[in-house]
Amino acid sequence: MENKEKMKIENINLYYGEFQALKNINMNINENEITAFIGPSGCGKSTLLKSLNRMNDLVEGVKIDGKILLDDVDIYKDMDATVLRKRVGMVFQKPNPFPMSIYDNVAYGPRTHGIKQKSRLDEIVEQSLRSAAMWDEVKDRLKKSALGMSGGQQQRLCIARAFSVNPEVILLDEPTSALDPISTMKIEDLLVEIKDNYTIIIVTHNMQQATRVSDKTAFFLHGEVVEFNETEKLFSLPKNKKTEDYITGRFG
Amino acid sequence: MRNKFDHELENLNLELIKMGSLIENAIELSTRSLLEQNLELVGKVNELEIEIDEMEKTIESHCLKLLLQQQPVASDLRIISTALKMITDMERIGDNAEDIAEIARFMVNQKFIKDLVHIPQMAEATISMVTRSVDAFVNKDRKLAEEVCKDDDIVDNLFQVVKEELIEKIQENTENGEQAIDLIMIAKYFERIGDHAENIAEWVIFSITGEHKPK
Repeated sequence: MENKEKMKIENINLYYGEFQALKNINMNINENEITAFIGPSGCGKSTLLKSLNRMNDLVEGVKIDGKILLDDVDIYKDMDATVLRKRVGMVFQKPNPFPMSIYDNVAYGPRTHGIKQKSRLDEIVEQSLRSAAMWDEVKDRLKKSALGMSGGQQQRLCIARAFSVNPEVILLDEPTSALDPISTMKIEDLLVEIKDNYTIIIVTHNMQQATRVSDKTAFFLHGEVVEFNETEKLFSLPKNKKTEDYITGRFG
Repeated sequence: MRNKFDHELENLNLELIKMGSLIENAIELSTRSLLEQNLELVGKVNELEIEIDEMEKTIESHCLKLLLQQQPVASDLRIISTALKMITDMERIGDNAEDIAEIARFMVNQKFIKDLVHIPQMAEATISMVTRSVDAFVNKDRKLAEEVCKDDDIVDNLFQVVKEELIEKIQENTENGEQAIDLIMIAKYFERIGDHAENIAEWVIFSITGEHKPK
């Protein structure tokens, strides 16, 4: 049985000034699934990812037409950006912990959303770090600076930070491209473990990663979705010649 | 952009062509060892069988290396997994050719109870199936692979003809029984070779279409 559609992308066209970065994108993102976006640099995959929590609002000269719906509500027309970003969290390519303690990094989001009670914050911090599979590693040094951690730990901390506001959708933009294989594996395992409670979209340049973690994969080229299918199908018998040529390394 | 990988895939094709030609030779020599009642040819089939086994190991490790290094997807993945499956059937054909030659070994001094007409036809048909299935793989020729699948019927029909003739021979004279049984086993080995060649062709179709031919 197909999972419920969590986000719907309808006829999205996005322009950076004169340049059209996304061309008529239509796609449904299912709940409790991991969707991977792949494609060569500049194909529009990160642009679309950022559009899903309106990160492009901050970029000058961006014009979007079409609709993006979260649980059937238009995120550009009928939703406050702060509310949207609480429900749709984001993890970036480069781990970006705040220059503060591990604890404060995770407590930052809940505090901004008005939670002040110490016991409640303790609970959220522990739960978020547990979800990111790093509680045991850091529980004895919560007051230490997050900047002293390894890159892999920092990235998992950023994922824990994304969890802390209890989002429904998590967007990840090449989350493991700067990490060693063990940290990469931990994050991949983590994504698969948590997907029953979240909707996950991941942009990756690592095709094997897409095959390992994702349920569906979308292949982007020149601002268009060339093919969107179950990951196993897309990587074993792509329908489109361009997909085949890209994933087998004939261009890109 | 992917010169090395393409070069490796080209080498894989060459190895499969070589293994294919070893098998064709093995079938041909085992048939001749029977028809010409020639012990020396039996020995040659034994040697070829060893070479075919080695070739299987070589291709297998080549495929495993490519899986490891290239982590292939899409058509690359299908081609390499097809090669891995093909060589199992190819190796079994080598075994069957040896089985035929081993029976022929015991028949070198016997007078044949009948002219051997259909067994050489089975040999010819199976050799052609092997050649064309490997060609179909190398040239990604789906139509040719489908023809090979159909040709298995020719081999099956020839087996029926041989069987009926030998039953007649046994009915004529029970002393024909021992040789008739040996000949029917040989015919059965050819029939098996046809099945293996059909399997190869089916894998070739998979490597092209991504789908198995419905049985």
